[in-house]
Amino acid sequence: MLELLQGPLLISLLAAMVRIATPLLFSAMGELVTQRAGIWNIAVEGTMLIGAIVAYMVASTTGSPWLALAIAILACAASSLIMSFVTIVLKAEQFVAGLALNLLASGVTLFWFQAYIGGREAPTFIGFDQVPIPYLSDIPILGPVLFSQRLLTYVSFLVPILVWFFLYRTKYGLEVRCVGENPKALDVKGLHVGLRQCLAIMFGSMMSGFGGAFLMLGYSDKFVPDLIAGRGWLVVVAIIAGNWMPFRIVGAIFIFAFLEALGIHAQVVGIPVPHQLFLVLPYVASLVLLAGLRSRTHQPVALGIPYNRE
Amino acid sequence: MEDLLNVQNLTKRFGSVIANDGVNLDIRKGEIHCLFGENGAGKSTLSSCLYGYYKADSGEIRFKGEVVELSSPADALRLGIGMVHQHFVLVSNFTVLENIIVGSADVGLLLRKADARRRVLGLCRDCGIDIDLDREIWQLSVGEQQWVEILKALYFGAELLILDEPTAVLTPQQSDQLFVILDGMRKRGLSIVLISHKLREVMQSDRVTILRKGKVVATVDTANTTAEAITALMVGHKVTKNVRDNSVTPAGEILSVEKVSAVGEWGEDVLKDVTFTVAANEVLGLAGVAGNGQKELFEVLMGVRALQSGGFSLEGSPVTAPTSRQILDSGVGFIPDDRFLEGLIPEFGTAENLVLGWQRSPEYCRGPFLDRRKLAELARRKIDEYKVATASADLPVERLSGGNAQRVILAREFQHARRLLLANQPTRGLDVAASEFVYEKILEKRAAGFAILLASEELEDLLRLCDRIAVMFKGRIMGIVRPEETSLLELGMMMAGDASQLTQGIQ
Repeated sequence: MLELLQGPLLISLLAAMVRIATPLLFSAMGELVTQRAGIWNIAVEGTMLIGAIVAYMVASTTGSPWLALAIAILACAASSLIMSFVTIVLKAEQFVAGLALNLLASGVTLFWFQAYIGGREAPTFIGFDQVPIPYLSDIPILGPVLFSQRLLTYVSFLVPILVWFFLYRTKYGLEVRCVGENPKALDVKGLHVGLRQCLAIMFGSMMSGFGGAFLMLGYSDKFVPDLIAGRGWLVVVAIIAGNWMPFRIVGAIFIFAFLEALGIHAQVVGIPVPHQLFLVLPYVASLVLLAGLRSRTHQPVALGIPYNRE
Repeated sequence: MEDLLNVQNLTKRFGSVIANDGVNLDIRKGEIHCLFGENGAGKSTLSSCLYGYYKADSGEIRFKGEVVELSSPADALRLGIGMVHQHFVLVSNFTVLENIIVGSADVGLLLRKADARRRVLGLCRDCGIDIDLDREIWQLSVGEQQWVEILKALYFGAELLILDEPTAVLTPQQSDQLFVILDGMRKRGLSIVLISHKLREVMQSDRVTILRKGKVVATVDTANTTAEAITALMVGHKVTKNVRDNSVTPAGEILSVEKVSAVGEWGEDVLKDVTFTVAANEVLGLAGVAGNGQKELFEVLMGVRALQSGGFSLEGSPVTAPTSRQILDSGVGFIPDDRFLEGLIPEFGTAENLVLGWQRSPEYCRGPFLDRRKLAELARRKIDEYKVATASADLPVERLSGGNAQRVILAREFQHARRLLLANQPTRGLDVAASEFVYEKILEKRAAGFAILLASEELEDLLRLCDRIAVMFKGRIMGIVRPEETSLLELGMMMAGDASQLTQGIQ
């Protein structure tokens, strides 16, 4: 076990942590904005799956990962309209709507996948490759961990900062937070609550799609039905564990990612413990975090409550 | 003085009910104008039409001389008509400044907090409001939260401010402060419409418009009238107010509460070492701003909230591990503060509500079945005795007015109570006549030897009805005083947690 913490292996472990965490950062920061606007969109898993399958189909057809990324994001923006319609217009229970969307996504993506490959062997594609940053990547330890990653990983470092800036330093961010805390306070000033929630859901879905597409294009060469494997749910947990604060959520995601990386490396090292035990670590950790962290002081007050004018 | 707002012949109907019937109203620039009337007189409907919440069926509203169409509160705010609701619309974990500026139409993407702060501080200075803009709402007193609501409206450029029962949630001191602020605003040329049914406040306005049954009875200059004259106009006749009969004096302890403590849903202290007694022929008043433990005290006494420590006894016999059944059976009547939530089953008729809690008593049963005939007979008698205005004994009580619903509760509780009456806010939301009916019945029971615990936010009423008044603050009894030795001001100080005013040695 100790050998995991030594030299090259440790660097490899940390690099894997960063690699695993960064797609989730996109999804988590998107979902954070959605939840801050008072909407529990638990369809993160499903949306990531849609992002992944669309990215796969476009990338393996056209060969352009950038085009694939763009179209995947647009597809998720479109799919978010279902959530918006159901929760904002029909004012349905948000959990149920989210669950339904997840089920729909898992069915639909499988169907699309089968229809797309149509009996042939699933085609592969060439996705994003590592782009080491000159000079920075030569720094010992930090270089290989942080600066020998994919281009989008570097972008993902900026996302929490941008989302934080949006939420706390711009007037639209203040409005979004107000909608999540007390939508009526905004309504009486003549601003449209539903429109802001709709945009927040759309942003969240686009970012989830971004995460799913990145997972597809960055780390894989062909689609498999269980590609997301519960990571969307980890994102939801990370938001609760991070108490709805951007940088704490980043922290929670890195914990999950570290445990997953540990699981992978434990396999490589060949520790005499069934490796499935290690693979289950992030999920066990999420349960422990949820049970242990009672602090939900920053949970938006109106989260999950459909807004009705009296 | 020119008119800022002018209402001509405004009518608003809800179904067959005419809430406002040909109302004429003019609000001058720089005045405090009070809308005065009983519940259901149409004050709230009228103000809702003025800030765009309701659309009037007919009539005309002119603002600064122009006819305006108000189709939403936001429309009204844009024109310069701001509303301060009785229930504040604030984000409790935003700062004061954030609450004020959110949704403002400042150009640009970024929050310009420094500019906004300068503007808000300017407004504060002009109106004499002293508030820390960086505190979050939950840290503020109710009075301060109300200032934030006022600042919100002013920040959006309101020239006419409507306040709906603004002092309902305030201590007398906070109310006085509010009026100082309103006075400052008036001097700056702002107009204020004040909806109230408290005479003390009405008399501080410049003019008062009195509404009765949806119509304007009169608009008078406050300086040229008296409180009595206004009340007579409001009710349509003179009201005699009940006062405690001093020839009956308290004797013999009925309820004795000893160091009662209890905790709330999150384990916080809601009652701390509460000790008092109530004797036969005595009304013990319970004063306090809502939310200082009154409700929890009644819940403990009725056996629906667990005791943390301490205990109480009824007629000398200790009640340990109380259950509601046991307490009801020992002759206690209870009037809860929310009559439609806890006092009645809204969908049930008068007859069924009258036997609630006693539905198993052989009096109303034949074997396992309710005896419908006896129920009907009971309902007929009680409807008669308590003058409940209802179309039939089976009409769901949710269709009754607040005053009539309260009569049903009184009838039920007095039917079975033998020695102790617990009344939590029994006149909340009732008009003068209905309130006096409730007080009359309570005083009758006092004369008949009952011990009565009466919680109320109407301090004037407590002063004229009670033998003694206990003041609660943050779950504690701050002191127990005698009305004849206590002023409204002293009560107010104690309600705000200041016990130094306490006249010593009364228990």
